[in-house]
Amino acid sequence: MRFVPITCEQRETMLRAVGVRSVEDLFDVIPPEVRLTRALDLPSGMGEIELAAHLQECADENDTSLVSFLGGGCYDHYVPAIVDAVVSKPAFFTAYTPYQPEVSQGTLQAIYEHQSMVCALTGMDVANASMYDGATAFVEAALMAARVTKRNRIVVSAAVHPEWRDVLDTYAESGMVEVVTCPSRDGVTDLSALAGLVEGAAAVLVASPSFLGCVEDVSAIAELVHAAGGLLVVAANPVLLGVMEAPGVLGADIVVGEGQPLGNAMSFGGPGFGFFASCDRFIRQMPGRIVGRTLDVDGRTGFVLTMQTREQHIRREKATSNICSNQALNALAASVYLAAVGSEGLAGIGRACIAKAHHLRAALIATGVFTAANDAAFANEFALRYDGDVAAMQDALLERGFLAGLDLGRFGGEYAGLVLFAVTEKRTRAQMDRFVEEVASL
Amino acid sequence: MSEHMKREPIARPLIFEIGAPESRCVEAPPLDVADIDLSQVLGGSARATRPRLPHVTEGEIARHYEHLASVNFGVDSGFYPLGSCTMKYNPKIDEWACRLPGFAGAHPYQPEQTVQGALGLMYGLQEALGEISGLPAVTLQPAAGAHGELTALMVIRAHHVSNGDARKRVIIPDAAHGTNPATVAMCGYTVTQVPSNERGGVDLDALAAALDTDVAAIMLTNPNTLGLFDENIVEITRMVHDVGALAYCDGANLNAIMGKVRPGDMGFDAMHINLHKTFATPHGGGGPGSGPVCVTETLASFLPSPIVVHDGAGAYALSTPEHSIGRVKAFLGNFGVLVRAYTYIRALGAEGITEVSEQAVLSANYLKEKLKSAFELPYDRVCMHEFVLSGSRQRKANGVRTLDMAKRLLDHGVHPPTIYFPLIVDEAIMIEPTETESLETLDRFVDAMLAIAREAEENPDLLHDAPYTTPVRRLDEAKAVKEPDLAWKPAT
Amino acid sequence: MYPKDLKYDKEHEWVKVDGDIAIIGISDFAQEQLGEVVYVDLPAVGDEIIAGESFGEVESVKSVSELFSPLSGDIVEVNEMLGDAPETVNEDCYGDGWMVKIKMADAAQTDDLMSADEYEAFVAEEA
Repeated sequence: MRFVPITCEQRETMLRAVGVRSVEDLFDVIPPEVRLTRALDLPSGMGEIELAAHLQECADENDTSLVSFLGGGCYDHYVPAIVDAVVSKPAFFTAYTPYQPEVSQGTLQAIYEHQSMVCALTGMDVANASMYDGATAFVEAALMAARVTKRNRIVVSAAVHPEWRDVLDTYAESGMVEVVTCPSRDGVTDLSALAGLVEGAAAVLVASPSFLGCVEDVSAIAELVHAAGGLLVVAANPVLLGVMEAPGVLGADIVVGEGQPLGNAMSFGGPGFGFFASCDRFIRQMPGRIVGRTLDVDGRTGFVLTMQTREQHIRREKATSNICSNQALNALAASVYLAAVGSEGLAGIGRACIAKAHHLRAALIATGVFTAANDAAFANEFALRYDGDVAAMQDALLERGFLAGLDLGRFGGEYAGLVLFAVTEKRTRAQMDRFVEEVASL
Repeated sequence: MSEHMKREPIARPLIFEIGAPESRCVEAPPLDVADIDLSQVLGGSARATRPRLPHVTEGEIARHYEHLASVNFGVDSGFYPLGSCTMKYNPKIDEWACRLPGFAGAHPYQPEQTVQGALGLMYGLQEALGEISGLPAVTLQPAAGAHGELTALMVIRAHHVSNGDARKRVIIPDAAHGTNPATVAMCGYTVTQVPSNERGGVDLDALAAALDTDVAAIMLTNPNTLGLFDENIVEITRMVHDVGALAYCDGANLNAIMGKVRPGDMGFDAMHINLHKTFATPHGGGGPGSGPVCVTETLASFLPSPIVVHDGAGAYALSTPEHSIGRVKAFLGNFGVLVRAYTYIRALGAEGITEVSEQAVLSANYLKEKLKSAFELPYDRVCMHEFVLSGSRQRKANGVRTLDMAKRLLDHGVHPPTIYFPLIVDEAIMIEPTETESLETLDRFVDAMLAIAREAEENPDLLHDAPYTTPVRRLDEAKAVKEPDLAWKPAT
Repeated sequence: MYPKDLKYDKEHEWVKVDGDIAIIGISDFAQEQLGEVVYVDLPAVGDEIIAGESFGEVESVKSVSELFSPLSGDIVEVNEMLGDAPETVNEDCYGDGWMVKIKMADAAQTDDLMSADEYEAFVAEEA
């Protein structure tokens, strides 16, 4: 396939206008000793029909027909048909960042509405247009807290997703912040250990639900952190915020999370988006793009990117972050999703996930094959202990058409023998019953 | 303005302001297990009051977003010569491909044997990007260009640290993208800026003066943000290496040189690639992008975890490089964007990829020749895929600013070029046509620009108040900052 | 445009001396260059500022300018009004748009500043 519309004849016309004999002349400026004198070693081009067949074949090599209890930050929720109908509109997906507001009101209003929905879910004053994902939003929250408090020690709960903590460590390697890990107990942050770590900390970072699906006592953590003058960063699962209290109400200063559960396909882990919300008084330290509502010269309501002096294209090395491209289209999908389900639908979906997770956990423990990993309150996800060879157990269930949870052993020795199960509203009673039967027959 | 953009007499309500309170679209499925008492299960974490979300029917959602789309301009709407952003046509087969259930429905933690297609595609993309860049070790994890810059700089930092030599400074030319210095700061380095010479390249004397063993790296865009290829590139990377520093290439402008010269061959040690520029994946109104990083074999062991490897027996697997800096993001990268880029590369093949750069460069030079009499051209030499004009003549003679001319272009149905960047050109107008525009479109753009140059002389006030035909006109950005209205609040 | 009773520096600040107190603001040329001021970030009363170093920032919609102090001293008052009405910097840069008052550490530092005529010549050269 080719997407160049210029004909050979037109190419000649253009060359004459430029005053060169051939296109090669335009590349004369490249030092000859480094010019590529061979063709690129890439497969030949393909026509659309054979290419479609090739891609279909690649896609078919992935088994997505399995009944899945996999979660760990990426969830198999239902995506309403209207979501793709909206994000497939070329005027949205082929647009650039809305730097020319006169012709970008669609993107801008959609982002303003998105910010409003994130604020409603999280109980915060102000949200940005999106970050790359939950993990990077989490790190940016830590960096922001360091700027706000002018402190540089970050306390992160060991109950947070290990990949997120890994990302935090990667960023912290530069020396911008120092990361201290607070131990967890029973799937949640160990509050007595935390009490000994908060002094002088810029922020405490927790997730609720935690990595193991357990619900944190956010209010109690907020009290501890605030008494020591630090900020509380809470990572939330947005699809549960119809039934779980807004972290802002419980005392969070920055709320972040992975937005994929809201109307975005799992897509092998990306693109989803990170959401990021905070308080009015910290706006000038927030990373990322923010849209505001204003008026045009004729007094007509319109939207613009605002507070841009925080950003890299203006403040350069003093910017609040280096982020430029974000995940706007995924945030748009989330907005359409939230409009489609409304607060009632969101609450119903959250309730369904939690109820089904409770059903499955009890049934799996009843088989005697698994035992409880902790007794903490949990939501849509829970960890169980398996005493045998986890990989062999999962392989056996894979044979029978199930993705039998996430083997947490991959995240290090402290998780060995634990399996994390996630349940969404898409899993039916019949699927779960069948799964439990298969487990019992192991 | 193009046909599809119509002005409405009144502003469109917010989605919160339409629909009846009882309106519904998608409801939760009936519960087929025992219900739970949320206040018992969640305790103090049970929600007291419902979030104030919209309440609308599907039809109302469809119309709301159709309206918003109708007041938005994308590549499919018209010419989008936004310098440095490579707003080329986004092939529709890419969109089809990434939505295939086998890709869209895959979970990142599925056992590797159940996702060989996805891993194989990622491996194929790593290989292709390694070949195009001349830097064979590739990570697909970074989510965007700036994220790729940061990843590459972290890799460079890890390399120096492993030699017991962290170093302190990173050199950046004055024409650099703002993300470069911002990235340097996030990586804990300080910025040393070097000026450009009279040909728009790096000033070698200034570079020599700035280089010492405290320098970790130079961050360079080549072709640079003026759209010019730095002829001294081999000398520059040699000078950098001589003090033990590494050379990083900002890949924003890769669209100019594919199949012609490879950053690895120029002496760069690392680069990021913007799949959402060069490889035709859509910009999505700001994202998602994808910013893979390609490095030399020497730096390969520091790449973030994981990368896709081939076991030699026909299977693909995820692997953590030996001295990996760790993760820069959860999971594997913006996979849906990777599918699109892979599809594009397979569609074009080696020959098509090379043609892309040839035509991108020819189209830019064509526009430059056609426009250089009407506007100042600060660097009058062969350009690569983009070029920078200056509106300084119009400003001095007619009191018309580049901003005014850009806004007037909107009345011609064209998205304005990038303006006021790079910072080293007064009243900069940075034009990048890309290879996917027809000669007719290019000529129409030339006509529009020349007409605006005439208007600047004859009727400058007309330009001061432009645009006239867009859904809204110039917006009060000062008000937006001083009286921030950043979220809809329910009336209480 | 450049009141004769003020002194100026190359960073486009003006200084008005009143005993050992100095009032500092930005010049008409500076406010014109910035465009509409939308935010001013100033130090707190009691902070020490040092000649030649940054003590705050002035923002327009798309630019940020650091304020470099022409003199050393301790902040005795900041212009609180600029919090709610930053545009005052544009409207009355030598009057209500002042930035800070300091107690000078070394009054002799004012000798290095330019007179209105010298500053006007300096601006003409820069523009």
